Amino acid sequence: MTPEILTYADMGLKWPILSLLTYIPVIGAIIIMLFLRRDNTIRWFANIVVLVDFVLSLRLIPGFIIDRHALQFVEKAPWIESLGAQYFLGVDGISILLVLLTTFLGVLAVLSSWTAIQDRVKEYYIFMLLLQTGMLGVFFSLDFFLFYVFWEIMLVPMYFLIGVWGGPRKLYAAIKFFLYTLAGSVLMLLAILGLYFLHYRQTGELSFEVMKYYGMDIPMHIQRWLFLAFFVGFAIKVPMFPFHTWLPDAHVEAPTAGSVILAGVLLKMGTYGFVRFSLPLFPQATMWFLPYGITLAVIGIVYGALTAMMQPDMKKLVAYSSVSHLGFVMLGLFALNQQGVEGGILQMINHGLSTGGLFLVVGLIYERRHTRMIKDFGGLSHQMPLYAIMFMIITLSSIGLPSLNGFIGEFTILLGGFKALWMKPVVALGFLPKEWATNMSTLMVLLATSGIVLGAAYMLWMYQRVMFGKLENPKNMELKDLNLREVMTLIPIIILCFWIGIYPKPFLRFMDAAVMNTVLMTNPQAALAEMKQMREMQMNAAPGQGMEAPSGMQLPPGHPPISMPGQHMMPGQQSAMPPGHPPISMPGQTPAMPAGHEAMMEQFRAGESHGMRRGLTFMEPAAAGHGEAPEAAHADPHGHSGDK
Amino acid sequence: MALRQVLDYIWLIPVFPLLGFVTIGLLGRKFFKGKTELVPSIIGCASVFLSFVTSVLCVLALRHIEPNAEGVRVFTREVFMWIEMGAFRVPFKFQLDPLSSVMILVVTGVGFLIHVYSHGYMHKDGGQYRFFAYMNLFTCAMLILVLGGNFLMMFIGWEGVGLCSYLLIGFWFGKDSAANAGKKAFVTNRVGDFGFALGMMLIFTNFGSLDYQTVFAAAPHTLAYNGAIVTAITMLLFVGATGKSAQLPLYVWLPDAMEGPTPTSALIHAATMVTSGVYMVSRCNALFSMAPKTLILVGAIGAATAFFSATIGLAQYDIKKVLAYSTVSQLGYMFLACGVASYTAGIFHLMTHAFFKALLFLGAGSVIHGMSGDQDMRNMGALKKHMPHTCWTFMIAYIAIAGIPPFAGFFSKDEILWKAFTYNSPVLGPMWGKFLWAVGAAAALMTAFYMTRLICLTFFGESRVSHEAEHHLHESPGAMIYPLMALAVLSVVGGWVGIPEALGGANHFHHFLAPVLDKAALGAHGTHEAASAGLAYAQEMTAHVGGGGEAHSRSLELLMMFVSIAIAGAGIGVGYFMYIKNPNIPLLLQFKLPGLHKALLNKWYVDEIYNFAIVGGTKQFANILCWFDANIIDGTVNGVAWLGRTLSSASILFDGGVVDGAVNLVGKIVEASSNVLRRIQTGYVQNYALVMAIGVFVFLSIYILFR
Repeated sequence: MTPEILTYADMGLKWPILSLLTYIPVIGAIIIMLFLRRDNTIRWFANIVVLVDFVLSLRLIPGFIIDRHALQFVEKAPWIESLGAQYFLGVDGISILLVLLTTFLGVLAVLSSWTAIQDRVKEYYIFMLLLQTGMLGVFFSLDFFLFYVFWEIMLVPMYFLIGVWGGPRKLYAAIKFFLYTLAGSVLMLLAILGLYFLHYRQTGELSFEVMKYYGMDIPMHIQRWLFLAFFVGFAIKVPMFPFHTWLPDAHVEAPTAGSVILAGVLLKMGTYGFVRFSLPLFPQATMWFLPYGITLAVIGIVYGALTAMMQPDMKKLVAYSSVSHLGFVMLGLFALNQQGVEGGILQMINHGLSTGGLFLVVGLIYERRHTRMIKDFGGLSHQMPLYAIMFMIITLSSIGLPSLNGFIGEFTILLGGFKALWMKPVVALGFLPKEWATNMSTLMVLLATSGIVLGAAYMLWMYQRVMFGKLENPKNMELKDLNLREVMTLIPIIILCFWIGIYPKPFLRFMDAAVMNTVLMTNPQAALAEMKQMREMQMNAAPGQGMEAPSGMQLPPGHPPISMPGQHMMPGQQSAMPPGHPPISMPGQTPAMPAGHEAMMEQFRAGESHGMRRGLTFMEPAAAGHGEAPEAAHADPHGHSGDK
Repeated sequence: MALRQVLDYIWLIPVFPLLGFVTIGLLGRKFFKGKTELVPSIIGCASVFLSFVTSVLCVLALRHIEPNAEGVRVFTREVFMWIEMGAFRVPFKFQLDPLSSVMILVVTGVGFLIHVYSHGYMHKDGGQYRFFAYMNLFTCAMLILVLGGNFLMMFIGWEGVGLCSYLLIGFWFGKDSAANAGKKAFVTNRVGDFGFALGMMLIFTNFGSLDYQTVFAAAPHTLAYNGAIVTAITMLLFVGATGKSAQLPLYVWLPDAMEGPTPTSALIHAATMVTSGVYMVSRCNALFSMAPKTLILVGAIGAATAFFSATIGLAQYDIKKVLAYSTVSQLGYMFLACGVASYTAGIFHLMTHAFFKALLFLGAGSVIHGMSGDQDMRNMGALKKHMPHTCWTFMIAYIAIAGIPPFAGFFSKDEILWKAFTYNSPVLGPMWGKFLWAVGAAAALMTAFYMTRLICLTFFGESRVSHEAEHHLHESPGAMIYPLMALAVLSVVGGWVGIPEALGGANHFHHFLAPVLDKAALGAHGTHEAASAGLAYAQEMTAHVGGGGEAHSRSLELLMMFVSIAIAGAGIGVGYFMYIKNPNIPLLLQFKLPGLHKALLNKWYVDEIYNFAIVGGTKQFANILCWFDANIIDGTVNGVAWLGRTLSSASILFDGGVVDGAVNLVGKIVEASSNVLRRIQTGYVQNYALVMAIGVFVFLSIYILFR
């Protein structure tokens, strides 16, 4: 459904904050290019620019509307009118955290480069700033034309950062990164053009506006192709197995700050693309593709972890661990329910923090010793106790220890996967017997969960080999512990890791409504089941929590307990909805549902919006004749395997 | 202030040690290092002591809480909403009921004594501030584990104690063996946590909640008795328990964990953390009692572990290793109790074991301290005269673990064996209980034997202490001895709270815990609610009554008690005979049965098998994947690049020869023709206009023709 649009003026701002955020770095870059000469001046200036950008981005938080899904701080103006391209920027619950992550990591990355970069300082900072503009532009753009422009702009500075300031094989890595990503983007461009012309044919309007495409009714055979084209483009960026091999090369060769940005933000472009475009634009194709996508995600988790285990190079190890972690993110997104998607987005942030932190940590000793080989180290804890503590905390965050950020993401993703997988692939696979599919999906979650065991193994093993044992290598004996600037690059990450781990609510509440909306557009059944459950929880919530055991928990005999009866859960939430029973007729009495969800429910009931109507046809068995699409969505709860 | 209001401050119980951790951790390196090592000790001990006092007050205050519908006095307090995603809501919630009361008292009480002891043990270590910081963090995590009001809270503590265990095992990280042992502990525990996490997900998908009260209240209605789901849930949770509580097949990390400082072994790897699996199973008794198949597994694993690790304990020479295997074995007893649905007995043994095993470890630590770090019992002997206090406290713990009345271990172990003997499994019938009893009794025999061996080798017999070591040999300082004495008292009287009715006792402990753990004992609360649940409870209820009437069962119980005392006596006697009377018998046996001895000494080669099959296998597989990644996947990418380059080279050739040749040819033609055309360039505008008009005409006609 088309979300509400609130311009920056509506939100009480006098200036277009998103444009400012996007262009402050590029303006800074121009100033550096034209006016600044001395290296130290440039360093100071670049640090100030990113800091200003970060502080300004904090302005997005107060006043951000969280109780319903809305595009906020919007700037919308015609741009190339003959093509229908607009200048359309906005943030919503899906992108705001990523934006904050970008400006935040931007500060740390620029700060961490202070001594690491000694030649071509000017050009380096120019490219760093340009990169930031490109990334922010991608997250803000709500017009495909503009999006694509930023998407490509972003590649160029990264290419130079790797190619100029990189390690020994920098050219190979840079070209690989560039061409690989470009190949994906070209496919995506084709898909965008496909959508563009399809939209033109259906409505007679030339427009690249993303939200207008949401409501389109795309025939299944076209959806599949468009989905695949987007998928390849995004999967390369994520990177998903088997499109991941550019990543270790790029990471190993890139300078520290480049790795931080690459892991922290650039990879998120792919996952962001899935949430923003692939899922809501092509819901049926998503369903159709689900088993394959999940399989690739799970392979990525296990494969990335196992490959990471045996890497001799710390940066390569962390790079492969990224493949594993992003496998989790993709699994969450493909779970297509509230916990999965929300956990997936949170895990994007978590991964940005912990992996960004890990690259900083590795960069710190690389700068001192000019090697990243694990075997060159050992016993560093004796020499660098402060470093040891910070490294440990970030390692634990990456492992997903409860009370640190990684846990919340991983657990909710797996939970989402668990909820979803009991039912989904079953359906979508179609050509497999139903029981097999259930077993397979269980297997998938089991494998994915085994990723947390492997994750602990490879990270702790690396930590042990680098930090524990005796200090034997004489070159390590003179290592200095961290200085204040270096501590300052790590402390903010650590604080956020704890914050998200212990009190994630401030982060989660940004996403709730937006994610619910995305789920509703892609997988309405899951969203409705979720809402129903929330409503039941609200009604069952014992009024007197506290001293005595809430007697409200004691349910009357015949009454189904808090959730649906267990036996029926096995095939999945589907059973929550009686077969043939239109999901629209939910009991009306709601004490205090969050306003946003209530609004969504209303809209759903009325079936007003274009997109929603499609969502409905998608669910009703009678509509099966309507294109070849909808089989995917309904598993027959009674187990007539039918589809195809 | 009314006592009841203390409960509002229940969150202080874990917060005190947390504050201790933060203070020592943040300030430690700068301020507490070196000379001022007293400061971290004081902070570390004081925080746990405050926590202990608060715990006592809270437990007393719990008596003022009215029992709920199920007859349980339970207090819950939500501190804040932790995770909220759609219908997935997990508050940060504390729950105090009799079960968690027992646990917090054990954790803070024994924990405090061990903290005091640590001050003596760790002084002059240099890393003392670090040690106390970790110990406080551990206490905090353990308290969250037992006070949590939902599964995810338990999981925070669960992984938190795992982390502290990792940090403390690897406390002397300069030693490779310590660092390895720490990692092994963490990763093995993660394997268990994998099961725990999956179990939680299954619980959430079925109950829509992770809250204890909600889940346990709904379980009888929601899940079928002995159904697939409840069996799956409990099995998965039990996998978690086997990891944390070092049961087969995941016990391998615990003996290695002895690399940590001895107070750590006492607190974490004997008294508290390793028992959290037992706590978890008992906490989920509502679920486990509905899954008789899982109970059989729990009982089988418990009995097997009790037996198996006792055999290994027979032949170890490292004093701490013997105690480690003994711990594994005793944990097996606790699971055996859970496996016969006698959770109270399990928790009872958990408590008494915490007293006497902590005492054993601390005593061993005192011995090691006196021996200047040597742990090999072959280098000890006749230490009694050098360390009298250590010796007599150790003796008390030894009698307690051997199972001689009226010491603590007797009552708890005997209750377990008795419950096993009378257990009537809903699936396998009464013989299953008898079988478990037999295995448990055999393990008890071995326990008495290897503990006697340990005592004889260490404190009695002839001294084998080297001259140098003898010179340094000394009794430990007061900070270490007083905690030993306190624990010795507890090891004697600790069991008296649970003296069975058969001996004229009141069994207070049982009645205290029964509302939480033994719903059957309360009478048919669940019976009319749902048929399936009623069946479950009814079966559990009949399980322990035994065949005949009450009197008959009493006399049988007394008889069995004598049997277990006889077994303990036999073990002690054989040990005494072999290690004091005829010290060459062990050597003779060693000589006669070299294979068996070697197998026992090498712990049945389990570590080697695991290393080869699991660790080696995973690494090998990972190596293959690395090769696959570098050559196949990346090879494909590079192959595509190569193809592109080759095509481009080919096209360069083509370009140079054919295309460029053609272009050059055109150039030549142009050159030649320009010689001709040059003449057209007359400079007259009219001529140009003419040519232009012709051109336009030609193009237009082409356009029209070919349109």
